[in-house]
Amino acid sequence: MKLATRRRLSALGVLAPPLLWTLLFMFVPYAIMFTYSFYRKEFPIFIPDFQFGNYLQLIQDSQYYTVFFRTLKIAAAVAVAAVALAYPLAYFLVFKIRSPSLRAALYMAVIVPLWVSYLLRAYTWKTILGSEGVLNSFLVWSGILEGPTDLLLYNQFAVVLTLTYIFIPFVVMPVYTALEKIPRNLIEASQDLGVGPLRTFLGVTLPLSIPGILAGATFAFCLTFGDFVAPVLVGGPSGTMIANVIQSQFGIALNWPLGAALSIVVLIIVLSIISASDRLERAGRLNLG
Amino acid sequence: MTNIIEIAGLAKTFPGGIRAVDGVSLEIRAGEFVTLLGPSGCGKTTILRLIAGFETPDAGRILLGGRDVTDDPPYRRPVNTVFQDYALFPHMTVGQNVGYGLRISGVPRAETADRIATTLRMVDLLEKIDSMPAQLSGGQRQRVALARAIIRQPKVLLLDEPLSALDVKLREAMQVELMHLHEKLGITFLLVTHDQREALVMSDRVVVLSQGRIVQCGTPAELYDRPATPYVADFIGTSNLMRATVAAIEGDEVLATAGLHRLRGAAHGRRFQPGDKVLLSIRPEKAALVTDGSAAEPGANLIEARVTEHLFHGHALRMELDIGQAAPFIVDLQLSAAVETLRLPQTGGRVAIAVPPANVMVFPAEAQP
Repeated sequence: MKLATRRRLSALGVLAPPLLWTLLFMFVPYAIMFTYSFYRKEFPIFIPDFQFGNYLQLIQDSQYYTVFFRTLKIAAAVAVAAVALAYPLAYFLVFKIRSPSLRAALYMAVIVPLWVSYLLRAYTWKTILGSEGVLNSFLVWSGILEGPTDLLLYNQFAVVLTLTYIFIPFVVMPVYTALEKIPRNLIEASQDLGVGPLRTFLGVTLPLSIPGILAGATFAFCLTFGDFVAPVLVGGPSGTMIANVIQSQFGIALNWPLGAALSIVVLIIVLSIISASDRLERAGRLNLG
Repeated sequence: MTNIIEIAGLAKTFPGGIRAVDGVSLEIRAGEFVTLLGPSGCGKTTILRLIAGFETPDAGRILLGGRDVTDDPPYRRPVNTVFQDYALFPHMTVGQNVGYGLRISGVPRAETADRIATTLRMVDLLEKIDSMPAQLSGGQRQRVALARAIIRQPKVLLLDEPLSALDVKLREAMQVELMHLHEKLGITFLLVTHDQREALVMSDRVVVLSQGRIVQCGTPAELYDRPATPYVADFIGTSNLMRATVAAIEGDEVLATAGLHRLRGAAHGRRFQPGDKVLLSIRPEKAALVTDGSAAEPGANLIEARVTEHLFHGHALRMELDIGQAAPFIVDLQLSAAVETLRLPQTGGRVAIAVPPANVMVFPAEAQP
């Protein structure tokens, strides 16, 4: 056997299991879902077909696109809020903490919540925001409110708050990495040229950390877009998101073709956002020497 | 002449107890080209960073143009820095890099554009005005960094090992360019380097540092011909150092014994007593070789030696000789037309090294460094 053939065979041997795995559990399900999105529903069965009725329904029926836009809005709000909170935190860790061991400890403190069950962290906010919750008790105790309010929970704000809290570590990580990669002497060079700290931040630090911001915002946006736990726990009816609708189509509503069509649209939106962010990041990526 | 930089009693200790700068006082006149020279870790870069304002001193004052700037942040000091690895902003073009300081400090757009063009022309890079730093060669980046640092016409230009990343030929060309720029601009240059040749070529004055202290400060010729300590003698140029004991004093000449050798040296005003431990220092190019056929200069010291190594340098020949001491004795011979290479002593050959007493420098042995 030729050496080249042998090499190719051994490479195939190593790669075959993961390839098979991906094929079986990613591409096959996607293909099934894609096929289903063209089926017809005739209660209680689905009839194989090729028609665009399911997609048409998404455009025509207001309840679907309303939820779509709400989900987009919530995802955008979470992305913005998470970046707004995570950026100062990452900046503080990278530039203000002098001691490397303290910096590592604080960074770990930001990351550690990721090891706690997602469900548990979402549930925590329910106990904080609920009418018998920690926040309400405090407001009543301190005399700011006369009685507990139910305005805090079961709305879009509660969803944004909960998801922002949960996804902050995903934003801190890329922003931290981006800031850490900026050579310190660029900041010194800027100050050396007579530019004060604020202008230096706007002119040097911020532009050079944009790849990290983009990556973090993309994480927060896409993870929020597909989330269905937070809306169930803290969202209430007005906080329903697209993943909940998909879930119900595959469950109670028993309309798999429509659920499949919804899923395909979500997939397309998320993939286009990821590729757009990737392209932006690539365009902005610079040789930091 | 006014002093543009006055440093008094500057000290800086880093966390971990490293005394980077240990009581440095220095005055630099306007328009001078001064070099801080020393091995890595001698504190030279820290002094530069203290002047630029990137570090705060533990003690001492820094005056720039008569104004105390010790407590000023970097962006309020009338100095600009050329960084060792250039520190060009990777997200800006060459033109934007050079004009950055002007643009932000509110100089009118037209004037900024004008000055960018003028400065880039000065470093011969006008055609690269719209290139990104990543597209430039090392030498070009170096010149952009230079242009960016001089466009604001600072009182002092600080250069932190600016040529260390360039190859030898380019480095020599840039040395000349820097000297011309210094003449043309009339700005004070303060250069940091560990390369003694660079320091000797470019500077009006060289400050030799060791362990955060100034060892000697003088013109290149002073440092070379009258080093204050064996450390300077060894760091600037090459020196043959020999431990010896003073046997007698005769006027300004010192008679010393080093092992089996008896040598006459010049005290250059230093006072010694018979019995003092001293270090003798002899420059490799200030010694001659005497073979059977030739005669030595009258009055010169003669040292019996055996050739152990020939090192051919093209323009010169370095010979290592065994004189019965731990370290080999080095003699440099210029290979001019007058020297017949073929008649030089071969490896293993017995010769005598001839050194006039004036070329034997005598230092107190305890003066370390």
